[in-house]
Amino acid sequence: MIRAERLTRTFGARRAVDGVSVELAAGDCLALFGPNGAGKTTLLRMFGGLLKPTGGTASIDGVALPGGPEVRAKVGVLSHHTLLYDALSARENVEFAARLYGVPNVRAAADLALQRMGASEYANAPVRRLSRGMQQRVSIARAMVHRPGVILADEPFTGLDASGAAALASLFAELRDSGATLVIVTHNLEEALSLCTHAAIMRNGQVVRYDTAPIPDSAAYTALYKEMAVDA
Amino acid sequence: MPNRPPGIGRAALMIARKDLLIELRSRSAIFSALAFSVLALAVFFFAWDPTAVGSGDLASGVIWVIFTFSGMLGLHRSFGGEQPTRTIDALIAAPVAGEAVFLGKGLANLVFVAMVQIVTLPAAALLYNVPLVPVALPLAGVVLAAAIGLVAIGTLFSAMAVNTRLAELLLPLLSLPFFVPIVICASQATAKLMAGRPVSDAADYLRLLVVFDAVAVVLSTLVYPSLIEQ
Amino acid sequence: MKISKLAVVAIASVVAVFIRAIYFTPIEAKQGAAQKILYVHAPSAWVAFLAFGLVAVASGLYLWLRDPKLDYIAESSAEVGLVFTTAVLLTGPLWAKPVWGAYWTWDARLTFTLVLWFVYVGYLVLRGAIEDRDMRARYSAVLGILGAALVPFIHLSVYMFRTLHPMPVLMKPSAPSMPPVMTVTLVSSFAAFTLLYVWLLRERYKLAVARDAADHRLYGTEGAV
Repeated sequence: MIRAERLTRTFGARRAVDGVSVELAAGDCLALFGPNGAGKTTLLRMFGGLLKPTGGTASIDGVALPGGPEVRAKVGVLSHHTLLYDALSARENVEFAARLYGVPNVRAAADLALQRMGASEYANAPVRRLSRGMQQRVSIARAMVHRPGVILADEPFTGLDASGAAALASLFAELRDSGATLVIVTHNLEEALSLCTHAAIMRNGQVVRYDTAPIPDSAAYTALYKEMAVDA
Repeated sequence: MPNRPPGIGRAALMIARKDLLIELRSRSAIFSALAFSVLALAVFFFAWDPTAVGSGDLASGVIWVIFTFSGMLGLHRSFGGEQPTRTIDALIAAPVAGEAVFLGKGLANLVFVAMVQIVTLPAAALLYNVPLVPVALPLAGVVLAAAIGLVAIGTLFSAMAVNTRLAELLLPLLSLPFFVPIVICASQATAKLMAGRPVSDAADYLRLLVVFDAVAVVLSTLVYPSLIEQ
Repeated sequence: MKISKLAVVAIASVVAVFIRAIYFTPIEAKQGAAQKILYVHAPSAWVAFLAFGLVAVASGLYLWLRDPKLDYIAESSAEVGLVFTTAVLLTGPLWAKPVWGAYWTWDARLTFTLVLWFVYVGYLVLRGAIEDRDMRARYSAVLGILGAALVPFIHLSVYMFRTLHPMPVLMKPSAPSMPPVMTVTLVSSFAAFTLLYVWLLRERYKLAVARDAADHRLYGTEGAV
């Protein structure tokens, strides 16, 4: 689970994240919306232990962030970049991640991860030869191979076609149902609203609106989101 | 069975292995470095007036200039290769200490530099007709010492330069001044060895080089985490 | 424009030292008038090293304390230091030519200063290549610390090279014993140049603060989102 209390991060004089408080339990999925520059990525990086808070507190499973390797071991990170080595095969990429995270049976775990993402067929192909959608699937396999309890996804739907996005959403739902905590930054309202248990809109570093599932009238929410997101 | 992330040593080896695997697959940097080395040996030869400079003196200087520049070719790709798909973010997010990333990449760079030297030195011996075999062992020691220093500094600056606008300019600009002690010590020691002088004549330079290495390696490893934290 | 006391004192001392050096200090017998470049060359070298030392200290402290003021100090000292290092490299050859017959003789100290010049330039180019203020400060600090630790090796290796490497024997310009009148001029020049350095450092520091504030106002967001 993730907990943040008045979490703040400043860069010089600028407050990228300004007093954000949130509490997510196992099985929760938070969709994080907001215009560019709202602080979403910064917030995610703090949850991932990649950035130190400058104010307030945050913790994962009770361990204060940024913590150390023991916290990062529980987190799976997804981005719109593939985070894959183009010259290596899909399997080699996933196995490398498995090794870094200390997964016991590297080969088996990698095979399983690729299989769950429907990428087994392409396991031995160099990543650079795969389609964007397939690369994203391999990237997800890489991010999940160590069975993280926390998944932080920064615009993971970028570049995916409709079927790829649907596959990803269904995987997220499956993980959510098996007890993981997810935070998904996205501009893709539809996909996110259909699978999240909480939704937040950020602007200028602050959470300006926070809703718990079930999210009311999707169309109204969308209109509200557009209105809030436009004037920064 | 729960996951058990590797300690610094094992993680460094994993990362080094990964880097070398990628280099083996793409072979781009190693071929450029090797081609550059041999071509440079030839070019220097064409620019040489044998009546003015002895071949031993020339060879030593040439070898170490080539060492420096071919090393740079490998160093650039060290962190440069982690940029296109932001794999560096994945490394930073992994439950391994920052020092492990630095040491792993340093190790891979060391292997790279060693591989280039394994070709360059015999090529130099051949083309310049200098006797390397009798001094092979001490020479190997000099090369190792010089390589360690080069790699310690170069890996660190590669990590820095890659995040800036002028990456290709910055790596040599930042590194070369700090390579001066390495080049001076290594080339002077090599020249003495090639001239048939006893190893003790080169001892002063070697000692300085080794101390330099120790400082460079320790310091670089310690400051590297400051580069990746935010 | 308000002129600070420090500016007046610094400039006045430098002018005073120059007047003393030119008109009230005797001409050295062996080298002639060219020797008087010493009164610019030597203090410039002193300031170049002093400035570098400050960059190193500020860098180390910055990585420890993360106070942006320390970064301003490092940045300012580096720029001012570069100016004085350039002065050393310009006055050195000007002095060498009439005295030794060649502009550049790979003298150990001058060679070391040349490499130091490149370290300074590298530092400033690095700063210029990074937009994000926090990253720029951090990276510069890392370079500053590395410089502090490794620059002594540059000195040692160059010195070793010069003493162990057979080279044409040259006259050493700064004879160990100088008549008191010259020593006073020399010491005064060190003091005057140090004041000059402090003044320039302060002005450059103010510029760094102002520019940072202006950047923030103009661009609002800077740094990663």
